[in-house]
Amino acid sequence: MKELAIIAENISKQYRLGEVGTGTITHDLNRFWHKVRGKENPYLKIGEANDRTSVGDSDYVWSLRDINFEIQQGDAVGIIGRNGAGKSTLLKLLSKVTKPTTGSFKVNGRIASLLEVGTGFNPEMTGRENIYLNGAILGMRRAEITRKFDEIVAFSGVERYIDTPVKRYSSGMYVRLAFAVAAHLESEILIVDEVLAVGDAEFQKKCLGKMGDVSKGEGRTVLFVSHNLSAVKTLCNKGMLLQNGSLIQSGIIDETLDQYLFNYLDNDNSSTLIFEEDNSKEAQIVSVELKDAEGKNCLEFYTTKDIYVHITINNRVKNDNARLNFSILDKYENVFFINRRELDFTGIKTWVVKIPNECLIANNYMIGLALDVPKVKLLDLPTKKIGLNIVNIEQEELKDGDYENGIFKIPIQWEK
Amino acid sequence: MSTNKQLWTEEIKADSSLFSVNFKELWHYRDLLLMLLKRDFITFYKQTILGPIWFFVQPIMTSLIYMVLFGQVAKLSTDDLPQIPFYLAGITIWNYFADSLVKTSSVFQSNASIFGKVYFPRLIMPLSIVFSGLLKFVVQFLLFIAVVVYYSFTNQIQPNLWILMTPLLILLMAGFALGLGMIFSSMTTKYKDLSFLLAFGIQLYMYATPVVYPISAMPEKYRWIVNANPLTGIFECFRYGYLGSGHFEPSSLIYTTLFVVVLLFVGVITFNKVEKGFMDSI
Repeated sequence: MKELAIIAENISKQYRLGEVGTGTITHDLNRFWHKVRGKENPYLKIGEANDRTSVGDSDYVWSLRDINFEIQQGDAVGIIGRNGAGKSTLLKLLSKVTKPTTGSFKVNGRIASLLEVGTGFNPEMTGRENIYLNGAILGMRRAEITRKFDEIVAFSGVERYIDTPVKRYSSGMYVRLAFAVAAHLESEILIVDEVLAVGDAEFQKKCLGKMGDVSKGEGRTVLFVSHNLSAVKTLCNKGMLLQNGSLIQSGIIDETLDQYLFNYLDNDNSSTLIFEEDNSKEAQIVSVELKDAEGKNCLEFYTTKDIYVHITINNRVKNDNARLNFSILDKYENVFFINRRELDFTGIKTWVVKIPNECLIANNYMIGLALDVPKVKLLDLPTKKIGLNIVNIEQEELKDGDYENGIFKIPIQWEK
Repeated sequence: MSTNKQLWTEEIKADSSLFSVNFKELWHYRDLLLMLLKRDFITFYKQTILGPIWFFVQPIMTSLIYMVLFGQVAKLSTDDLPQIPFYLAGITIWNYFADSLVKTSSVFQSNASIFGKVYFPRLIMPLSIVFSGLLKFVVQFLLFIAVVVYYSFTNQIQPNLWILMTPLLILLMAGFALGLGMIFSSMTTKYKDLSFLLAFGIQLYMYATPVVYPISAMPEKYRWIVNANPLTGIFECFRYGYLGSGHFEPSSLIYTTLFVVVLLFVGVITFNKVEKGFMDSI
């Protein structure tokens, strides 16, 4: 069996919400009073899972709750999860930037962490001086930096500006230099948060290549957080999936990615939207659900999968020409597609509309629904819209509102 | 499982013992301390025309103002010493103390962006502040020495062998500023009120320290306040050594030393307690 690099035992991290500062004295005194009497910290008992979409009752939330895992030496572990799942908190704890509320990590080897590149860079100092300063902050000895200095400069590609203050650098050069220092850290364990989001595509590739060397060639343990799923897939052999502060799955990276994309949203309410019943309306949309071909609820779809939208309508009063407007919207609620169907029934009925695969480019969309009688009256226009996320595993996940790649996949052909 | 037999190089836990300073780790990061000093030094010069001359301007101007204010208007005694070396002596060492204290006491706030991203022994930061303050102190001290040399050639002052105590005095002052600063910085992560308290507290403290007056000028009734102040011994010894006059009792230095040792100990403990979790409350 391979040696273990990290063991996490019952790791939890609690944060206080709201304005930290108000009421701290009373809470501190209360905590102290419990401690004096040998009792447990009263604020550890309360707190709730970290779900930022719903307003909770408690001021305390658990950003991480009872996380246990083991990482073997030489593994490259990709940590994935939606925003707020606790990925960065986990890395912060391992980097010793902040301490866990309960539990402990056992670590074998020196940890180097890159939660940010260029920490401590001073704009007044030259590139050369900043390499030394930043290297020292990251824990390198002076001799170590001197030994690697030429390599670092060559990797960054800013040879010409090395004796110029970094405040004169373009932001790209700045990032290159910063990453170059970090990439040459010598440590048994490397922790990398989303630091590659900056820099141009060519440099990102170079960094990923360097990190690949780190994990595969030199036998180092790497923990990597990224929303760039293809980078995670190529770099990592293991994966951990976090959701609302809990570890949902850990194992081979492909399994983790599959679960992230398909399964873990099964119980998520947001793949189903149910509207409040309103008897005063003549016709109403009752609910809308997103399902895959097997009939399972799903929020995120590969571009290669068909999407089934189940729409339940309650048509209480028969109106001539009444119809359902089915539209697909982008993030900014611009309608780019609309299709209509006449309400040819009364009572409750569920319609299923299929959006065929390979129609939409991977991105985040919304489905808008409305009931109306054209040019006469609006019957129902729910304000809530259901989100539809289409992902393409081969391609970097798009950021909000990034429609550079267009919307539709139209089978055009180059004739000449 | 083999895990129980495996040796761990490190354990990251929720709670750590009170006095768990990892000196080995601190030593490993000594190059960082040097780089931070270099940074402070370089960035001070950059894009100034006069460069280090600015270090001279402030004590000279302050001395002149004190001469007018305390010497001419208030007519405070200077133990029959010439006013310029008298005030300059006080100002030179007070500046070092005050700068070090103010900067170390806000070390968590001003370095939050670095502390939030990288781990290194946090103690490096206050240490670097105290050391880089020395750079400025040395320059101002040279100015003071020049003044002392001039006045002793003209026989207005008689320096004596007590000047050999200078390194100890500086060490004590650095330790005092560091200890007090660490305590303040640890508390201000949660209660920012303390930084306001410190801002005017340090001004008041200057008047409880024999900076602009000799201890002999203090009425007998209030002298115990000044004597209880651990800085008094440092200032009186400094002035006695370089200017050759004043009421200096060697026992006061022993008191100061003990005080500083205890303060440093308490400072390191509180700092240590706070450093691991402060990012959440700052």
